[in-house]
Amino acid sequence: MPEPITEIITPIRMEYRYTPGAATSQFLRNMKAGKLVGRRCTSCQKVYLPPRGGCPMCGVEFGEDVPVKNTGTVVTFAIVNVNFANRVIDLPYVSAEVAFDGADTTTMVLLKGVGADEARMGMRVQAHWLPESEWDYTLANIDYVEPIDEPDAEYETFKDLV
Amino acid sequence: MRDVAVVSFAQHTARREDSRNEVEILLPVVREALKPTGLEAQDMGFTCSGSSDYLAGQAFAFVSALDAVGPWPPISESHVEMDGAFALYEAWVRLQHGDIDTALVYAFGKSSPGDVGRVLALQLEPYVLGPLWPDSVSLAALQARALLESGKATDKDLARVVARSRRQAQSNPHAQLSGAVEEAELLDQPLYADPLRMHDCPPITDGAAVMVLAAGDRARELCEKPVWIRGIDHRIDIQSPGARDLTVSPSTTLAGQKAGATPDVDIAELHAPFSSQELILIDALGLDESRTTINPSGGALASNPVMVAGLIRVGEAATRLAKGEGQTAIAHATSGPLLQQNLVCVLEADR
Repeated sequence: MPEPITEIITPIRMEYRYTPGAATSQFLRNMKAGKLVGRRCTSCQKVYLPPRGGCPMCGVEFGEDVPVKNTGTVVTFAIVNVNFANRVIDLPYVSAEVAFDGADTTTMVLLKGVGADEARMGMRVQAHWLPESEWDYTLANIDYVEPIDEPDAEYETFKDLV
Repeated sequence: MRDVAVVSFAQHTARREDSRNEVEILLPVVREALKPTGLEAQDMGFTCSGSSDYLAGQAFAFVSALDAVGPWPPISESHVEMDGAFALYEAWVRLQHGDIDTALVYAFGKSSPGDVGRVLALQLEPYVLGPLWPDSVSLAALQARALLESGKATDKDLARVVARSRRQAQSNPHAQLSGAVEEAELLDQPLYADPLRMHDCPPITDGAAVMVLAAGDRARELCEKPVWIRGIDHRIDIQSPGARDLTVSPSTTLAGQKAGATPDVDIAELHAPFSSQELILIDALGLDESRTTINPSGGALASNPVMVAGLIRVGEAATRLAKGEGQTAIAHATSGPLLQQNLVCVLEADR
């Protein structure tokens, strides 16, 4: 009997021309211009950053664009002790969910300027953007957030986002 | 069996949706389908969708599409990685349970972002046939060749199917391809994938379709002219195209029998993306073109949003019955390579 075949490799490669959608496209254009801009749901009035195709709570399109501030609150965070492939950051680092002031959703960003053991919920932070020459159509224009000299936000003010 | 009716249907098709994503395409169609019923998505007893993540190139793309129905507070919902017609089947089964009276079915698909011929190759078995990457048009050409060689059809029959589709599609605002064309003109066109010409193949279409179902008296409360599902069934043939007779569709015949389909219907909407496949389906269902209006919408040759075109067949047939264009109809939907799996839905106008 020949050796049984126990494994084959069948490479698959697909190419797509991705369409982020009208709302996300507008968000990305604003990022390229160095502006954080969300959109308000016409039903629940919540501001989504980034905006999506429609409000996932209400099932309706978003309405007006709403500028969001560069400052925000760490709603929750994770301390990362293992690097992902292709990503080399000094360990441990803190991955934070930040509610930027004016937005009703959180955005995941790197938290720097503070030791991992000092990160805490409610910490007030500010976005640190890459140099303008490096801005592109991406949320990655915000390199990281860093603490600012403000008292921590009360848990009550962000508990719905946790 | 509990009587279930189509009470509303809406669709949107386009050559290429360059700016909107799937949710943005779906939202207005969901609203349009719900409007005449006075209901909201949250009022539905069950919601079921049909789509393929391979079209979007994103894992779990079907989950984000739920944004279009506003699933909060949580709703009872399900999804099939198939054409929306099979989501309709699941919703119909769910309504048979008897504890709910309404269901929302939706389907969406953008065929344009990727190479749809290669996307569809991914539904082949992955060990022997898949790695050869036979695209969907080439496979359909093999099937058409087998049909012609069998003597059951000629290239004139293929042209006749296309000319009828183009002619009838002229009255379908959702058709991408329509017009008055002579069969002889069609036969003068060059071969594209021998023996198929370009017009024997479906256009690339982006789109979405949404249907509201209701059971029994609830259907009459929600609309003036409910169209009743008298039978629905789906059957499957062996997967490998090399292991079956490609010139026949026994699964369509069997599904038709189980659904109670008879050849004396007024309208048949057949989900045949290729002209040759329509001939196979007409034969499998024993339809007579002099008795039954075949694909009054133009069918998938006129507009073919992948994962949506089957549900559109049911919606087109139901809409025509509601308008009084006939009393009975058969709607057919297919899934898998070369008519591998087939669904037949028998519809009747309210008396």
